Amino acid sequence: MPGKLKVKIVAGRHLPVMDRASDLTDAFVEVKFGNTTFKTDVYPKSLNPQWNSEWFKFEVDDEELQDEPLQITVLDHDTYSANDAIGKVYIDIDPLLYSEAATVISGWFPIYDTIHGIRGEINVVVKVDLFNDLNRFRQSSCGVKFFCTTSIPKCYRAVVIHGFVEELVVNEDPEYQWIDRIRTPRASNEARQRLISLMSGELQRKIGLKVLEMRGNAVVGYLQCFDLEGESGLVVRAIGTACTLDKLSNTSAFLPACNSPSKEMKEIPFNEDPNPNTYSSGPSTPLKNQTYSFSPSKSYSRQSSSSDTDLSLTPKTGMGSGSAGKEGGPFKTLLRQQTQSALEQREFPFFTLTTFPPGFLLHVGGVVSARSVKLLDRIHNPDEPETRDAWWAEIRQEIKSHAKALGCHAVVGYSESTSICEEVCILSASGTAAVLNPRFLQDGTMEGCLEQRIEEASPPGCGFCHIPYDELNMPFPAHLTYCYNCRKQKVPDVLFTTIDLPVEAIVVGKGCLIQARLCRLKKKAQAEANATSISNLLPFMEYEVHTQLMNKLKLRGMNALFGLRIQITVGENMLMGLASATGVYLAALPTPGGIQIAGKTPNDGTYEQHISHMQKKINDTIAKNKELYEINPPELPEEIIGSPIPEPRQRSRLLRSQSESSDEVTELDLSHGKKDAFVLEIDDTDAMEDVHSLLTDVPPPSGFYSCNTEIMPGINNWTPEIQMFTAVRVSRLSNINPTNQTLNKNFNDLCENLLKSLYFKLRSMVPCCLCHVNFTVALPEDELVQIAVTAVAITYDKNQALQANKAPTEKSQQRASTDNEEQLQFPLELSSDPLSSQPFSPAKEALEGASSHTGIPAAQRDRCNSWIELIKLKAQTIRRGSIKTTTSLEKASPLAEGYLRHRSVPSGTNSTVSVVKMTPLSFLPGAKITKYLGIINMFFIRETTSLREEGGVSGFLHAFIAEVFAMVRAHVAALGGNAVVSYIMKQCVFMENPNKNQAQCLINVSGDAVIFVRESELEVLPAPPPAAAAQPAGSAGDVTT
Amino acid sequence: MSSDLDVFVGNTTLIDEEVYRLWLDGHSVAEAVARRLRGGVLEREGTSVAVLQSDTRDHYRTFQMLERLLHAPPRLLQQLLFQIPPERQALLVQRYYAFDEALARELLGKKLSKGTKKELDEVSARTGVGIRSCRRQFDNFKRVFKAVEELRGPLAENIQQLFLLPPALARDYAAIVFFANSRFETGKRRLQFLSFGDFAACAQSMMAHWSQGALAPEAAEPDGDLPKSFLQDLKELKVLVSDKDLLDQHKRDTSGMGVPVLGGPGFGGSLGGGVPALSRALVNVGGKLTHARDVRDFFVDLVEKVIEPCRSDKWSPGDLRLFLTHYTAAPRNLPGFRHQALWERYMAAISACLLRMYHD
Repeated sequence: MPGKLKVKIVAGRHLPVMDRASDLTDAFVEVKFGNTTFKTDVYPKSLNPQWNSEWFKFEVDDEELQDEPLQITVLDHDTYSANDAIGKVYIDIDPLLYSEAATVISGWFPIYDTIHGIRGEINVVVKVDLFNDLNRFRQSSCGVKFFCTTSIPKCYRAVVIHGFVEELVVNEDPEYQWIDRIRTPRASNEARQRLISLMSGELQRKIGLKVLEMRGNAVVGYLQCFDLEGESGLVVRAIGTACTLDKLSNTSAFLPACNSPSKEMKEIPFNEDPNPNTYSSGPSTPLKNQTYSFSPSKSYSRQSSSSDTDLSLTPKTGMGSGSAGKEGGPFKTLLRQQTQSALEQREFPFFTLTTFPPGFLLHVGGVVSARSVKLLDRIHNPDEPETRDAWWAEIRQEIKSHAKALGCHAVVGYSESTSICEEVCILSASGTAAVLNPRFLQDGTMEGCLEQRIEEASPPGCGFCHIPYDELNMPFPAHLTYCYNCRKQKVPDVLFTTIDLPVEAIVVGKGCLIQARLCRLKKKAQAEANATSISNLLPFMEYEVHTQLMNKLKLRGMNALFGLRIQITVGENMLMGLASATGVYLAALPTPGGIQIAGKTPNDGTYEQHISHMQKKINDTIAKNKELYEINPPELPEEIIGSPIPEPRQRSRLLRSQSESSDEVTELDLSHGKKDAFVLEIDDTDAMEDVHSLLTDVPPPSGFYSCNTEIMPGINNWTPEIQMFTAVRVSRLSNINPTNQTLNKNFNDLCENLLKSLYFKLRSMVPCCLCHVNFTVALPEDELVQIAVTAVAITYDKNQALQANKAPTEKSQQRASTDNEEQLQFPLELSSDPLSSQPFSPAKEALEGASSHTGIPAAQRDRCNSWIELIKLKAQTIRRGSIKTTTSLEKASPLAEGYLRHRSVPSGTNSTVSVVKMTPLSFLPGAKITKYLGIINMFFIRETTSLREEGGVSGFLHAFIAEVFAMVRAHVAALGGNAVVSYIMKQCVFMENPNKNQAQCLINVSGDAVIFVRESELEVLPAPPPAAAAQPAGSAGDVTT
Repeated sequence: MSSDLDVFVGNTTLIDEEVYRLWLDGHSVAEAVARRLRGGVLEREGTSVAVLQSDTRDHYRTFQMLERLLHAPPRLLQQLLFQIPPERQALLVQRYYAFDEALARELLGKKLSKGTKKELDEVSARTGVGIRSCRRQFDNFKRVFKAVEELRGPLAENIQQLFLLPPALARDYAAIVFFANSRFETGKRRLQFLSFGDFAACAQSMMAHWSQGALAPEAAEPDGDLPKSFLQDLKELKVLVSDKDLLDQHKRDTSGMGVPVLGGPGFGGSLGGGVPALSRALVNVGGKLTHARDVRDFFVDLVEKVIEPCRSDKWSPGDLRLFLTHYTAAPRNLPGFRHQALWERYMAAISACLLRMYHD
């Protein structure tokens, strides 16, 4: 499908002064795509040029369309010397290549220069005409949709979830080419930006091809990262989940807002809309998308994969379905066989999704992870991807075998990462071993799933907790009990996962962010010695991280972790581990025991005293936390009084005991009474420190909750007010002789202080929850630790929580029951839990709008429309007294002309900047996403040689991050969108050289551009036109000038 | 463990009103933190000094980046760098351009030049406004002055459009520009009793009645200057005092209106010459306005020649109003007086000024 790319350069504004003599600029624009370049005329002596160019047309094939970015350069014409570049705009035209995404890119883009930052704006219109071409041997994959979102996107239905796709491309890093010695930093930065942009395009195209081969039409959970390997090259790699998606046609139908993304899927009538993109009709094909060349002679790369994964899993997973439910057993085996057959065809049965359609996830085994240390300078052929492919293949194999050991055929919530320091690179992969329902995995299995329904014996609220492995043949020692929810199957005492909390999960109380932080000193070493010492340290770090997580989890009285992400960062002389997860109390799992401290020297009296004192403190903390997170497991009698529908609960219990055999009941009671305590042995000062550090974690101030998952368990009544932010800190570890303890303390303080300052900053949003809190640690230099946090604060309505309870519970109950009819005997249990996830009522919004007295004024919290209206209002007040249109003054020449009133410059309604919301979540509270416009994947470099003048490192980075946000917003607005969901800052590499007054920073961000409509508006407008409202400061304004 | 780099950037730019105020007042980060501490944030939020410092620094950085945009508020509306809700933008602009009246009073009528800026130290000491804040406010005056200096049309309206200020604030700026343009003397001791508000009101009346824009909206001259032709015409009014007949007639007519106070004992007595003296003063003030030097003395003259005599005669403001009303209306009946419209236009502003200024 070759195509025609058309570009029009409309105007510029707020350009910098390039000619000091006249205080003006003679600007013109170069438009480049591939090897073709067009130029506009020079617009002399203006800071607000109106080029109004013709349509520049590029005739290109679609491979080029996918790979190349459109490159727009604004220059200042100079008669006597070389033209000076003002800045550039790179536009990824990929969104124009899908049939359903954006049709035009039009709007104001910040003109960006890697040395000066944003310098004015340029208005550009871009269109693509694609010609149909049925070439079967094509190299392009136009039409495959990409989503960063790690769940099935809101306005789609998953017909088939095919599975894992990955790709990796390598190139020489321009910064390390010989030419870099003679070119300017600007040229070098631009070469890098352009290269990464090109490589991303190529990568996406290649992945798209694999998806087409699998007969899919989309990639969900697309995660692209780049590794700056230095001398050995620049790697761009991506993973994702191939799917066949079907667009739901009646997306505008009003649905009660469901805070859970995937639940919504269910309610929408499945409209078998004959979409051109449906590839679902074909028969299932064996997948052979990956052909790896494993080079066995890897002697050059010293490698040691830490095989401690099992260790890290040890106590957290439970097992054994084998003997569990009497009826369940055989069916389960059958089911497993089916799943197995579906999955075995895949080389890697991995899924990058973290949230799944209901019924997809059957059982969860536990976290599996693998790490491997590699030496980059030993890559045989650095310019080719083979070596890295082999590395990753190895790790994935390991993950797969770990999953098998847990009795699982699949890995969900899968992700990969690297940490590089000099020539050492740690590759990490982790995920959650799981058993999946095969009906989503194959084509044409929809009929088959009818029969399977009977076999899905596990109740929705607890099924995923039931162990997938054989009780008699457990992969590791664990304590099993019967499920506290259904009492039929065995569950582990603790569950760790990398996925989001399943929507149907029954949770008691609220969740909270739990972090384990760890530093380990490492000797400075070279090459293999270095790699060896790192690989030796890794298992210990994993073990300690795990212990910390476990302790902290127990300290909060919780029994499960979701969204677990363990990051190990390597530096010159230390390793850092940071694990973040969201702790919850799953009703299906047993109540966690307390923490007991045991001393080694029981004879010493003062020591005993000390220990008992500590013990008391710990017990107090647990009690306090239970209160704070409202963890009152329903087994407690007082809880029954508190729960809204106590009576049915008893009845359901009766029902249950009837269906159970008597010995099961006794066994139940046994396990119930036994609260196994977790014993912490204090045998030396180190352990003492550990206990102390346990207690230093300060709970968030009142009114705040935090989690690193999409939704906060136990809070459902979100208001539309959100604030996404990025915070970065770099601290110097000043100790001269650092020890592990002092380092740990420093690191711990750094994280805690950062969190504290976030709470303080966002205090005006209380009550609110920080969701999707994502910490990234880097060790840029010897003694520097860099922490970057991106998260979103969402205000919730405290008062509404209780009232909203009743009605929606019924709904959710219905939803659950329509799904699995055979669960009808348990619905009461669902509704009896006041804290199970509920949709929030739309009526609440109005109420909340009326009484909005949170620090930030009401209008801010919602729709871009209201913003525009306000501006309109303002424009009117300004206009009062004069009949003419409002004017805006561009400081320059117009002054001389006088007649201000006669000029109508854009400043009225059409030139206001449209609001673009950004969030790391896949949804916007109180809003409905009506259209996905395409993926946003941007890479920027900023450099300065006048660091002090720009306000030092903080001033420099502050401005840069603000610029990145601005450029993301501008691109989304130009696509016609009003929000970015699943936003993530994947990389923030900061380097400084204060002595030279220099600094450089690289930032890579991505997300999905979307159009959303407020639910309150949805009712009024069946066919919402927010796209129009979101259309950026349009061309209309310019023409009038 | 010291933090070298510490930034927080929100998709919606966070604006803390308290910190903004501290920044506008010209406090350093350390001073601002100290003041916030005194405000008791620590106790309220249970946070640490380090957090407060980091927060204050973040806000200061944001404000510094915003300042460039605040110099041309319409750009703040168009820029893409900071996503700020409109009502917050309005607040930022309004607060940035708000000024201390004491400072503005000091600077009224002064040339907004580098020289004046150098004297701000003294002004700061006298007014108690921080020196940094003084400089910022001075720069605001100067910026607004420069921007509208050459523009035609109503001054306040131009300012409102260029700086997106609320109407009242724009009118105050118009007064400042008007004073700076005509360089009226306001610093004399006998003018000290007049506040910024008094002068601003006078400026507004003068612009409303005298400037070109007041008559024809498409006027050719900027509003800040008093139209030359008008000032020239004012000379014609001298006929009222130079022509003996007219003067007498005028006097008679004014007194004949049955205004008790004018016929009373005080009137004409302590005024030393009575209505003729007052009349001469009023007319002469206008006649002198063609000379730049005399323009400066406009307010001095009004106080010296009109207000002070009236005050020593213990006129109430009501008396003055009554007098001015009749005095303005009187020439209507004068035979051979052809400048009725001019007279009334002139007296409208003069009366408004006098009434506003007539207080202790």
